[in-house]
Amino acid sequence: MAAIIDVQHVHKAFGGLKVINDCSIQVEQGSITGLIGPNGAGKSTLFNIIAGALPLDSGRILLDGEEITNRPANELFHKGLLRTFQIAHEFSHMTALENLMMVPPDQAGESLFDAWFKPSRVNHQEAEVRRRALEVIDFIGLHHVRNELAGNLSGGQKKLLELGRTMMTDARVVLLDEIAAGVNRTLLGDLVTNIERLNREMGYTFLVIEHDMDMIARLCDPVIVLAQGSVMVEGSIEEIQNNPQVIEAYFGAAS
Amino acid sequence: MNELVFFINNVVIAGSVSGSIYAIGAVGVTLIFSIMRFAHFAHGDMMTFGAFMVLLLTTAFPGAGAAFGVPAALVLLPLAMVLTALLAVSIDKAFYKPLRAHGVKPIVMVIGSLGVTLMLQGLIRLFAGTSGQSLYVDDRKEIFRLALPFEGVRAPVVITEPQLYLFVITLLAVVGLHLFLNRSRLGKAMRAMSDNPDLAQASGINTNTIVAVTWVIAGGLAAIAGTLLSLDVTFKPDLSFFLLLPIFAAAIVGGVGHPYGAVAGGFVVGFAETLAVFNWSVMLRPFRDSLPEWLTQSGNLAFVGTEYKIVVPFFILVVILVWRPTGIFKGKVI
Repeated sequence: MAAIIDVQHVHKAFGGLKVINDCSIQVEQGSITGLIGPNGAGKSTLFNIIAGALPLDSGRILLDGEEITNRPANELFHKGLLRTFQIAHEFSHMTALENLMMVPPDQAGESLFDAWFKPSRVNHQEAEVRRRALEVIDFIGLHHVRNELAGNLSGGQKKLLELGRTMMTDARVVLLDEIAAGVNRTLLGDLVTNIERLNREMGYTFLVIEHDMDMIARLCDPVIVLAQGSVMVEGSIEEIQNNPQVIEAYFGAAS
Repeated sequence: MNELVFFINNVVIAGSVSGSIYAIGAVGVTLIFSIMRFAHFAHGDMMTFGAFMVLLLTTAFPGAGAAFGVPAALVLLPLAMVLTALLAVSIDKAFYKPLRAHGVKPIVMVIGSLGVTLMLQGLIRLFAGTSGQSLYVDDRKEIFRLALPFEGVRAPVVITEPQLYLFVITLLAVVGLHLFLNRSRLGKAMRAMSDNPDLAQASGINTNTIVAVTWVIAGGLAAIAGTLLSLDVTFKPDLSFFLLLPIFAAAIVGGVGHPYGAVAGGFVVGFAETLAVFNWSVMLRPFRDSLPEWLTQSGNLAFVGTEYKIVVPFFILVVILVWRPTGIFKGKVI
C-alpha cells in the first residue's frame, strides 16, 4: 500500500532546542498508525507540523504524493487532512450540535448571495447538515448534551466532540492527539470501536498519539516510537514492546 | 411643556446622535478586537478618512444627490465605504499582517495602530487642510421644526435632516450586522474564529479571509460613522481625536468583542455625556415656587461643565466595570 502521509527529513527547532531532528515517517493508506514516545519526544510538535499549525525549518511533507509542506491548516482540511487537539478545542459559545454543524465545508450559506437570495437551498442543506450532526452526536454518545454550550461540557465530552468533528466531513487522514486522555474506561471502549469502524467502513487513515498503551495495543498497527525528535523504531506492538532500546527509553523511565 | 421640548432637543435627540455615532464606531472596534485581539486605535482616523472621501467625492460630483432628492454626500457614501474598506484592508496588509506573522503580543499591535493613527491623521491634514468644511457642498441642510400639538408650547422640536439619516442608517447597520453574523456562514465563521482561532482554522475556515472581511466591515462602518457625524456638524481632520476615547469607552462598557454590547455601550456613553452637561435649571423652572431659592436662583445646574464632557464616558466606564468587569454584555466572543 502507498503512504498517504510521507514526512521526509523534517527538522524543527524552538530557539536552540531541536525538537524534531531529521524525522521521517510514513503512514500507510488505510492504516491506524500509532505514534508513541516519552514526554518531550516531539510527538505533538510533529503533529502540529503535519497539520499545518507550525512551520517547519527544513524537510518536506507529502499528502498522497502531493506536497503540503507549510500549507495552512484550513487548506489541509479541504484536502481531507483533519486533526484533533491534545487539549480539546471547542467553540465554547456554540452548542455541541452547532460545533458539529460548523464543520462541513462548502455549505450554501457560506456565500452571502445564497444566504440572502436562495434561502430554500440554504435551509435544505442546513437540514441535511443537522441530520448528519444528530447522527454523529448519537454515535459519540453526546445526544443528551447536544444543546449545551460546548464550553460547559466535561473534558472527556469535549474529546468525544473532537472525534465527532472528524466524522462530519469526508476525511482521508485524521490525526488524533491523545484522544483518550480524560475519557473514562467505558467511553474509551466505544471510542476505540468508533475509530475502528471509521477506519473499516469509511476508509479513514488514522495517525494516533497516545499514552494509553492498552489503547495503542488494541488499535494500532504499526506503531512508531519517537525519541528526541526522530524515529527510534517502527513495527508491530509486539516488536515494540520487546525492543530493548524502547524499553530503556520509554518503559524503562518508569521503573 | 416647553421644558419637555427643551429636554427632547437637548437630551433625547442630542444623546441619540452621539449614541448612534459611538455605537457604529464601537461595533467596528469590537469586531476587530474579537477577531484579532487588539485594540485598534486607528479606528477614529478610518472614520475621518471615510468622511474625507465623501468630501472629495461630493466636491467632484456636487449634483449627484439631486436625482434622488437626498444630499449628494449620502448618495456617494457607499462609494466612500468601499474606499475606506479598501484602505482598512491595505493597512492590514501593510502593517498589521507582518506583525501577526511574527506572532507579536497584542500590545505591539496596539502601538502599531497608534502609529497608523498618526500617519493617517497627518496624511488627511496634508490633503484636507486643518479647517472645518461642510459636507453640504451644493445641497441645503434641511431643518425640521415639529411643533407639538399642546397648548402653550412655543418651542418646536428641532431635528435636522442628517440626524434623521443617522438614525435610519444606524438602525439599518445594526440589523444588517445582526443578520450577517447570525444567518450567513461567513458570519458564523467570524464567530467561530473569535471563539477559537486554532480550531476555526483546523475546521477549514480560512482565517485570512475572515480577517479581510472583518476589515471590510469595520472600514465600511467607520466611513458611515465619520460621514454622518461630519454631515451633522462639519468635516474636520481632527474629528477622530474627539471620538476615539468615547468609542473605546463604549466598546468596553458594552463588553469588548460583543457587537450588541457595543451598540448598547454607544448609547449609554452618548446619553451619559449629554445628560451630564445638560442644564437642569430649565427643568426646575415649573417647580420654582416649591423649591428652595438657592436651587432655582442658580443659572446653570449641569453636573459638569461642557468643557469636561470628555471625562464623563470614563466615569461611566469605571462605574460599569466595577459593577460588571466584562461589560454590560459579557464580552470576549462575538
